[in-house]
Amino acid sequence: MRLPCPICGARDVREFYYQGAAVMLDRPAPDAGVEAWDHYLHLRENPAGDLEEFWSHDAGCGAWLKVVRNTVTHEVKSAELTAEVAR
Amino acid sequence: MRFSGLKVLKEGLTGNKGWGPHWRSPEPKSEYDIILIGGGGHGLATAHYLAKVHGLRNVAVLEKGYLGGGNVGRNTTIVRANYMLPGNSEFYSHSLKLWEGLEEDLNYNVMHSQRGIINLVHSDGQRDAFVRRGNMMMGRGDDAEMLDTNGVRKLLPMIDFDQTRFPIYGGLYHRRGGTARHDAVAWGFARSASDHGVDLIQQCEVTGIDVEGGVVKGVQTTRGPIRAKKVGMVAAGRSSQVAAMAGMRLPIESHVLQAFVTEGLKPCLDHVVTYGMGHFYISQSDKGGLVFGGDLDMYSSYAARGNLPLVEHVAEAAITLMPQIGKARVLRNWGGIMDMSPDGSFIMDKTDIEGLYVNTGWCYGGFKATPASGHTFAHLLATGTPHPTTVRHRLDRFRTGAGIMDEESTGSQHNLH
Repeated sequence: MRLPCPICGARDVREFYYQGAAVMLDRPAPDAGVEAWDHYLHLRENPAGDLEEFWSHDAGCGAWLKVVRNTVTHEVKSAELTAEVAR
Repeated sequence: MRFSGLKVLKEGLTGNKGWGPHWRSPEPKSEYDIILIGGGGHGLATAHYLAKVHGLRNVAVLEKGYLGGGNVGRNTTIVRANYMLPGNSEFYSHSLKLWEGLEEDLNYNVMHSQRGIINLVHSDGQRDAFVRRGNMMMGRGDDAEMLDTNGVRKLLPMIDFDQTRFPIYGGLYHRRGGTARHDAVAWGFARSASDHGVDLIQQCEVTGIDVEGGVVKGVQTTRGPIRAKKVGMVAAGRSSQVAAMAGMRLPIESHVLQAFVTEGLKPCLDHVVTYGMGHFYISQSDKGGLVFGGDLDMYSSYAARGNLPLVEHVAEAAITLMPQIGKARVLRNWGGIMDMSPDGSFIMDKTDIEGLYVNTGWCYGGFKATPASGHTFAHLLATGTPHPTTVRHRLDRFRTGAGIMDEESTGSQHNLH
C-alpha cells in the first residue's frame, strides 16, 4: 500500500502512522456531554468500504493527511493535507 | 454417529464407507426461539451450549458464507490462560478448563495439545512483569513457572540466545497452554449443536434486524425473513455491520492480522514460543508446518489479507529468534479481520433493544476463548443474566469509564491495542 502524500508523492505505507477514522477535527466542546464524548472517543465509524482517516507522514515530511481509503480493497482514493482541510 | 477408536478401526478395515456428514443442512424454519448471527467458532459454541447445557434446541445459526470460514480457521491456534486483570483472568481460566474437557464433551478430536507456552524474557523489567503475571496466574489457580536461561535452553535449544539486540534471559512457562486444531474446533461444535437439534444454515446472510417498539422480532435474510424471540450477534470482524442493522454503533474497529505457515518440517519445536520484542509467536503443527504470526497491520481493514511490510517484519522477527527458519519456505499467509475494542478486552452484553445480545471485541485473542465465549454467551441468552466470569464485560464501560479492562495499560481508545 502506498499513500499519495501531497508534499512527497506516493510513499510506502511504512512511512506513515495511522490514527484511524478522521474524527479529530470534530472534537466536541469540553461540556458537550457524555454521549458526544463517547461518540468521539469510542464509537468511530467502522465501514466496510470508503473510510475517511488520518495518517501522519512520520518518516517523511511530518504532515498530517486526510486520506479516503477503501477498507475492503485498500484502494486509496485521495489524500489531502489536513492543514488545508481544516482551514 | 459416534466417534470411537473401535469405529475408526472398523472404518479403516472396511474402506471408510460408513462416515456420514457431520451435521445436517436444514432449510430455515419461519421462527426460532434464538437466532445466532455468525457461524464461526463462537456462534457454533454458543449453539452447542444452548442446546446441551440449557436444553434450548429451537435455535438457528445463520452464516453468510460457510461454517468456520472466518477467524476460527485463520488464527495461530494458541490456547492459554495467562491474563491478569479481574474479569479477563477468571474468564480465560474458565475457558482453559472447558478446553481440557472439550473433546469428551463434543466426542470430537480437536487435537487439543497442552504442549506449554513459553513467553521469552529479554530484560530485567520484562522478567519483573512476567513474575508478576505468573503470580497472578497462580493466584487464580492456573499454572505458571519462571525459567532462567538454562531452563529455557533445555526446552528450546534451537533459538538464538545470544542475539545482540534482545538476548534471552529466561521465560514464563505456562504448561497447560498449548494449541488445538482450529478447524476441528468449529466442526466439533457444529456437529454437536446439529446433533442436539440446532439448525445450522449456511449461505444465509442476514440483511436486516427487525425491531418493533424496542423489542427484537427477527431477522431478514437472503433466504427470507425469520422470526425470533432472541437474537445474538456473534459476527467478530463484521460486528459493526451487523449491529448497524439494528441501528447501533459499536465501539469496534476492524483490523487485519496476518498469519503464516511453512512447509512441513521434521519436529523441531515442541512448545508455543512468544517473542514479545518482535511481536512474534510460533508453534509447530502436528503436520510439521511452523505456524506463526505477528502484529496487526495497524490500519482499519476488511480485506482478509495484509500488506508486505508486516510480512517483512514478521520474517525479521522469525529469523532473529530462530535463524535456521530462513531455510524454511512459507507455504501460505493470510489475514483475519479482528474486532478491536478500545480497551483490548471483549464485550458480551444485552443491548438497549430487548432480546438483542452482542458478543464482540475479541481483538486478536478470540480463539482460546471459543469454548467459554460460547458457554457464557449461551448463559446470557438463556437466563438474561451474565455468567459470573463475564459480569465485567459490559458494553457501556467505555461510555461511563467504569470497569475498563486494559490488559496492557495503554489506554482505552482505538489504535492502542
